[in-house]
Amino acid sequence: MSVAKPLPHDSARLHVTGAARYVDDMPVPAGCLHLAFGLSEFACGDILSMDLEAVRAAPGVVMVLTAADLPFANDVSPSAHDEPLLAVDRVDYLGQPLFAVVATSHVAARRAARLGRIAHKARPALLTIEAALAANSRFEDGPRIYTMGDPAGAIDGADHQVTGRIDMGGQEHFYLEGQAALALPQEAGDMHVISSTQHPTEIQHKVAEALGVPMHGVRVETRRMGGGFGGKESQGNALAVACAVAARATGRACKMRYDRDDDMVITGKRHDFRIDYRAGFDAGGRIVGVEFVQYARCGWAQDLSLPVADRAMLHSDNAYRLPNVRIESHRLKTNTQSATAFRGFGGPQGMLGIERVMDHAARVLGLDGVEIRRRNYYDERVEGGSAPRPAAAPRDISVPKNEDLASRGAEVSEPGDAAAPEGAQVTPYGMEVRDFILHGMTRQLLESCDYAARRAAVDDWNARNATIKRGIAFSPVKFGISFTLTHLNQAGALVHVYQDGSVHLNHGGTEMGQGLFRKVAQVAAQRFGIAPEDVRITATDTAKVPNTSATAASSGSDLNGMAVQAACDIIRDRMAAHLAEQHQAAPGDVRFEGGRVYVGGAEYSFAEAAQMAYVGRVSLSATGFYKTPGLAWDRIEGRGRPFFYFAYGAAVSEVAVDTRTGENRILRADILHDAGASLNPAIDIGQVEGGYVQGAGWLTTEELVWDDAGRLRTHAPSTYKIPACSDRPDVFNVALWDGANPEATVYRSKAVGEPPFMLGISAFLALSDAVAACGPAYPALNAPATPEEIWRAIARARGEAR
Amino acid sequence: MKTSFTVNGTPCSLDLDPRVTLLDALRDHLDLTGSKKGCDHGQCGACTVLVDGRRINACLSLAVMHDGDQITTVEGLSENGRSPLQSAFVRHDGMQCGYCTPGQLCSATAVMSEIADGWPSHVSDTLAGPYAMTREELAERMSGNICRCSCYPGINAAILEIAEEDVGYAEAAE
Repeated sequence: MSVAKPLPHDSARLHVTGAARYVDDMPVPAGCLHLAFGLSEFACGDILSMDLEAVRAAPGVVMVLTAADLPFANDVSPSAHDEPLLAVDRVDYLGQPLFAVVATSHVAARRAARLGRIAHKARPALLTIEAALAANSRFEDGPRIYTMGDPAGAIDGADHQVTGRIDMGGQEHFYLEGQAALALPQEAGDMHVISSTQHPTEIQHKVAEALGVPMHGVRVETRRMGGGFGGKESQGNALAVACAVAARATGRACKMRYDRDDDMVITGKRHDFRIDYRAGFDAGGRIVGVEFVQYARCGWAQDLSLPVADRAMLHSDNAYRLPNVRIESHRLKTNTQSATAFRGFGGPQGMLGIERVMDHAARVLGLDGVEIRRRNYYDERVEGGSAPRPAAAPRDISVPKNEDLASRGAEVSEPGDAAAPEGAQVTPYGMEVRDFILHGMTRQLLESCDYAARRAAVDDWNARNATIKRGIAFSPVKFGISFTLTHLNQAGALVHVYQDGSVHLNHGGTEMGQGLFRKVAQVAAQRFGIAPEDVRITATDTAKVPNTSATAASSGSDLNGMAVQAACDIIRDRMAAHLAEQHQAAPGDVRFEGGRVYVGGAEYSFAEAAQMAYVGRVSLSATGFYKTPGLAWDRIEGRGRPFFYFAYGAAVSEVAVDTRTGENRILRADILHDAGASLNPAIDIGQVEGGYVQGAGWLTTEELVWDDAGRLRTHAPSTYKIPACSDRPDVFNVALWDGANPEATVYRSKAVGEPPFMLGISAFLALSDAVAACGPAYPALNAPATPEEIWRAIARARGEAR
Repeated sequence: MKTSFTVNGTPCSLDLDPRVTLLDALRDHLDLTGSKKGCDHGQCGACTVLVDGRRINACLSLAVMHDGDQITTVEGLSENGRSPLQSAFVRHDGMQCGYCTPGQLCSATAVMSEIADGWPSHVSDTLAGPYAMTREELAERMSGNICRCSCYPGINAAILEIAEEDVGYAEAAE
């Protein structure tokens, strides 16, 4: 068995010797040029003139590109074609690329990029949610609204009402390897691009547009990224396109790597949100109705903001059955970096909204935080019982020219019909919840972490201590798995078996540390009954597997694992048929196990079997394809089945807060997470641990600050606090829930990239619990709960002004 | 400006602009790309290398300051890439994306010598020593090496396992 083994990451040996190559480590051809962008120093206004003489005259500068020098499309947007590579006439945020310097060295390019003199006429910059609302500056005509039942009536008639607001900040990805691309010009105008990207196909598409060539003229390769977290889904487009254009113009290899501060100033981050809520509860603590108004600060360009904001709406229920609900979502356009994908893709923000409601209501109703949540859980259901789905009528799909169909920002949908059966328990968007397992998971976690006794100990501590307050909190996660843009839920793979029995594996997913390559190789090894070392994992390459979706939405191993399985099975079946024929055996009786192939009493090594198949003129190469079944989603109506299944998790965090300063620590975290039948428990536990810490970082230490001019003031790790080794909880217990996915995923596993991120919400709620112990009022803690914010919230709890 | 130092046991002579950092000299002039450039500000630790056995952020140090020094990068931590610490990182899967790994390894190597040599840290109870590799000491001494994937449990487990063999180890008091 190769599947389900806790094998280390595929490149572990290379990483510990420094031999694992990232884009900036690749040997480059002689004469390689380096690029840097000249950036806007103002947030909003018209460009009157750009004096670039000093830039051109600077040492080492070979060429300076402006928008006017671009031969074809000046666009790096993944969606609305509203994101020029280089600014044209106007500037929409501070840090926007205005021109590109091509020079003989990285340093020469960066030095010269500072020398541009830009005359401009400033316009008032919209920097905040309030400012954007006042100016009605938004994407889409108005807010999206999903409604079920009669929330206003239900809330008005409820025994208890809670009303409030939570502000939550954005988050910088800080992938440790910054954005980077290398373009290598080929014969006949072709371009080979090596990019640190989660989405090679989109890079290919945007580079092809920029060079005026068909997609077959561009090949994009990605071996690995030094972290992605969503920040390399669309944000790498600019570098790859700039390098390709410069490489075409100069005929030389061109490389670009953002300096860290530039990276933070130029690229998009997690959307910061404000959520207003009004909810009604009955006397038993059950929610009868809730209304959310979500405001997302999307920045200057649309990017992936629509599906991000959609997903925030889709996770407004988290794990709770909401009988009457209204979710209104505003996608606000501001003069800041264009907010983009980040692990969870809006899900964390939506989920924090309902968790705030639960936290607030528990305080008002005097209920324990766990109790109120359990009373509102969806029911646990067994598999089956769904109604047959009628076939959907074909719909006309009109696709605007140049639409990047492989982007999550694409404005095209093919709604089918996936109505839930009558009487089923459904989400606010009408999807049946039939795989709910949080009752059992919660029970197990509370027992294993000794919640009841620790809850009492925390209360006891707080009764006896005035200065250091403790807090403990539980939070569950139910996260929908699939791209909400249904057609992206497809994947391809390419597998070769060579005559010596070694296997070459390729698929559309990219490796960014999440262990995808290892998991998929385990699947391939399992299908052929060989050792994982006998499977060679190769760089993602648009010339090997075309039309791939981004490695995103946690879907990497679900989609690519199945595609690889399909390809391997095709080859294995061909080998089996050939061997069976030679041995007068049935093909179904040929077994591939332990590196051996058993057929009709004979036994061969896998290599011998491959040789026999080759000599027998059997093709040992195959492509595999997979598409997720049963999905149908109408994002305008907010109805359908956007997700194949849900992944679950539960966490308990305990914290301590110094009430004099707001200083705080996470003392302990206990997590039980659902990875289905795990493909690799070691990798999955790593994802859960890392997700929790990163999620807690978002809600505690990681604070983005823009000044009144729209300048990002936190543009390096010196001012933007990323969790370090010392911020990890002192006691950190992580376990995987033992259960198979009821849906037919690859070996019944579940996606694991994003869901654990939201377990970090429990740390935020524990801080809220500690702060609430300081006074009678609900503290309404905002995120990130920095020491300053905690200090202010303590004053609110005490009813003091600060 | 001519500079000579030894990198991973090999003598190197370079003629460099005096503003070239040690990190750029290693990566761009000696093709030793194992040391990574994460922030170029000395804040992330991805560029950590050993100079005469002590760890430094190579991005904050000029190459010409190292004339005559013995420099060790991740490529030189062992002959075959299988030092006990390197193998422990693999065994405990102390990495996800791997970009911080070279710095973590160099840093951890130096931390073990610092403890063995009796250097106190910010969290040490005494300035007199000796010190053991407690969880608290480890967290403090490794806090300059950021892992954005937050793979700290794996990293710590690997270091603690080797420290136990090498320099003594004490379970932190709860």
